Amino acid sequence: MSGRRDFGAVADRLLPWLLPLLALAAWEGAAQAGLISSRILPKVSDVAAAGWRLTASGELFTHLQASFARAGVGFVIGGGIGFGLGLLNGIFPVAEKLLDTTVQMVRNVPHLALIPLVILWFGIDEEAKIFLVALGVFFPIYVNTFHGIRTVDAGLIEMGRSYGLTRWELLRHAVLPGALPSILVGLRFALGFMWLTLIVAETIAAPSGIGYMAMNAREFLQTDVVVLAVLLYALLGKLADVIARALERRALAWSPAFQNV
Amino acid sequence: MFRTAFFLKGNWVLALALPLALAGGWELAVAAGWANGRLLPTPSAVYTALAALAKTGELAAHVQATLARVAVGFALGVLAGTFFGAVVGYWSAARRFLDPTLQALRNIPSIAWVPMFILWFGIFETSKIILIAVGVFFPIYLGLSDAVRGVDRKLVEVGRIFRFSHREMILRVLLPATLPTYVSSLRSGLGLGWMFVVAAEFMGAEQGLGFLLVDGQQTGRPAVILGAIVAFAVLGKLTDWLLAAAAARLLVWQDAFKPVE
Amino acid sequence: MTALALRLPFRAFGRSAAAPAALPSPPLGVTAKGIVKRFDDRGDVLKSVDLDFKPGEFIAIVGRSGCGKSTLLRLLAGLDQPTAGDLGAVGHDGDPRVRIMFQDSRLLPWKRVIDNVGLGQKGGWRPLALDTLRQVGLEARANDWPGVLSGGQRQRVALARALVSRPGLLLLDEPLGALDALTRIEMQSLVEDVWRRQGFTAVLVTHDVAEAVTLADRVILLEEGRVALDQRIDLPRPRDRSHPDFAALEGAILHRLLDRRD
Repeated sequence: MSGRRDFGAVADRLLPWLLPLLALAAWEGAAQAGLISSRILPKVSDVAAAGWRLTASGELFTHLQASFARAGVGFVIGGGIGFGLGLLNGIFPVAEKLLDTTVQMVRNVPHLALIPLVILWFGIDEEAKIFLVALGVFFPIYVNTFHGIRTVDAGLIEMGRSYGLTRWELLRHAVLPGALPSILVGLRFALGFMWLTLIVAETIAAPSGIGYMAMNAREFLQTDVVVLAVLLYALLGKLADVIARALERRALAWSPAFQNV
Repeated sequence: MFRTAFFLKGNWVLALALPLALAGGWELAVAAGWANGRLLPTPSAVYTALAALAKTGELAAHVQATLARVAVGFALGVLAGTFFGAVVGYWSAARRFLDPTLQALRNIPSIAWVPMFILWFGIFETSKIILIAVGVFFPIYLGLSDAVRGVDRKLVEVGRIFRFSHREMILRVLLPATLPTYVSSLRSGLGLGWMFVVAAEFMGAEQGLGFLLVDGQQTGRPAVILGAIVAFAVLGKLTDWLLAAAAARLLVWQDAFKPVE
Repeated sequence: MTALALRLPFRAFGRSAAAPAALPSPPLGVTAKGIVKRFDDRGDVLKSVDLDFKPGEFIAIVGRSGCGKSTLLRLLAGLDQPTAGDLGAVGHDGDPRVRIMFQDSRLLPWKRVIDNVGLGQKGGWRPLALDTLRQVGLEARANDWPGVLSGGQRQRVALARALVSRPGLLLLDEPLGALDALTRIEMQSLVEDVWRRQGFTAVLVTHDVAEAVTLADRVILLEEGRVALDQRIDLPRPRDRSHPDFAALEGAILHRLLDRRD
């Protein structure tokens, strides 16, 4: 009886890995047997070799560094402005009436569509990519900060006011912590948009970066490098998600949703 | 009643004040020769450019091409997302088998697939539509599988008590309970579809609003770029509105249907 | 509703005088004349109410739902302003001499119990906050999140938060309404205990006539926005609910309350 249950538990653990492992094995097997041409999908081992080659030459590091720098600067600028504006419009109804409709109107534009205009404005220099990343990050942070502040429990604010908190104390102890769950959701969306925007921007106009590496490799039919770039994106996306979740767990330790984990 | 109506009216005036002032101010500044409208064309220049394109029938052709791509890509993404979302949400075995892999794939920003898709499916329609479909797939898959799993256990138990078949359980319990989430996933999927059609058309297209963007950039006509951006915004908003309106009718039917039981 | 939430904190409320944390305020009486409160959508909720609460008195305000008792308490706390009338010395938002306890505890979920108790306190408030928590029997939970406490425990923390600044007037807006019967009786004796020890003026709004007779020196019945009854309760404390005098008083007030059924 207990043996059966143990077996079931092990199977439960293994099941999620079954599909990826099967796919990987089928991929390598088919590639080894020459069933799929390396132009379509390179061997797993080739991708690993490409990774090793680019790491050893330092090329990979250079591209990663370029992408990280753009992502970081753009994120800080776009996130900062989005947070500030969300705060302003969340707190002051006058600011909201004046600004929110405008922001919402601009939000209808798929921000990738601005790339050609931005290239006309800034050329293909760093500013263009940073501007685009900042724009991509701005909206999710703005929308969620604004929404978070607006949905803070009115009763808590009334209580704080009645217990003699100053404006600043109310903001620090009641409004901001109350808005934090929503702001962190915005942060996670923003990190996703950050990579997405960066990839497109680097694909279209950049002399360096992961996106450039992938596009360049495609032109020379280096499929192994293309696959490597896709895997790197997955890794970076996952990394951003893990960081955001860890941040959430730490910052929202008070929330019952995180207490039984 | 009168007061609220008046208040709302006041809100609209305030809300539109900023964009109108900016547009009018810019128009005036350029007309007076204080500013150069080359990099940021005036609203009237954008209108003229759009009108010229509309007159030759070009605009309609571009809009049609883009709409067709979004429609086909969205339809495919919705079909796949709905199928996998429902299966993974309903059968826990499928969840354990499929969900980890799909979650891992989700970490790859859809745009990152572009070079792979180009290698696999060529640079023409197929890879564009698949890109859009992949972008649409994830929000719908995630939204629906979460919604199905999150259906109130009490509702499901009621279904069991009435000895509903699988079919009845799906039609009478799961479908109505998941519809609101499903609708909002459809809307965010559509939003991403519009985003990805831009990226897809950047890959190289002979027609479509994205082509108009690139063309405007390469021929140095910012008014055309802005015109295309406006067209994107209007179409995105319009389709979202249509989807929301259609869904609202569905949900109203829900409400009207419930009390009969 | 949501728009209201954010307009609130930035209304003028700078009247709170900086009071040292540990200095108790003397018991604060209430003398109010001709209080009227009109809401656009509900009409006159209070129609000329006069109040005279002596310092240190325990007052209970009872009445049917919608009789204006909570509105009156909110005016005393300065959370709303009267349409007309004079509230005397009270009615200022953020006044450190006046504290209000709400029906829902309104603890900040992201602050630990001890920090909730010390909310808005300046300087070395921690020992005082711990001491106050001890008075409500929750010293051991000082470092817990409010989310893990039971409803009764949350209200005890809220009571400690109200008491820590040693107010002269404590306003209680049905703070025991959501508790189960046993927890409720425990809380009643706790409230009576701290009131007897600290000597502040207490104003309790409640649905429960037995609760009012258990705790109050005077029970005030509000009816359609006016004071309909002002009943002195001269029973020795702690009061015995099974005593005939208790039952008689409770019966009389209940009868008066149910009287105007139509």
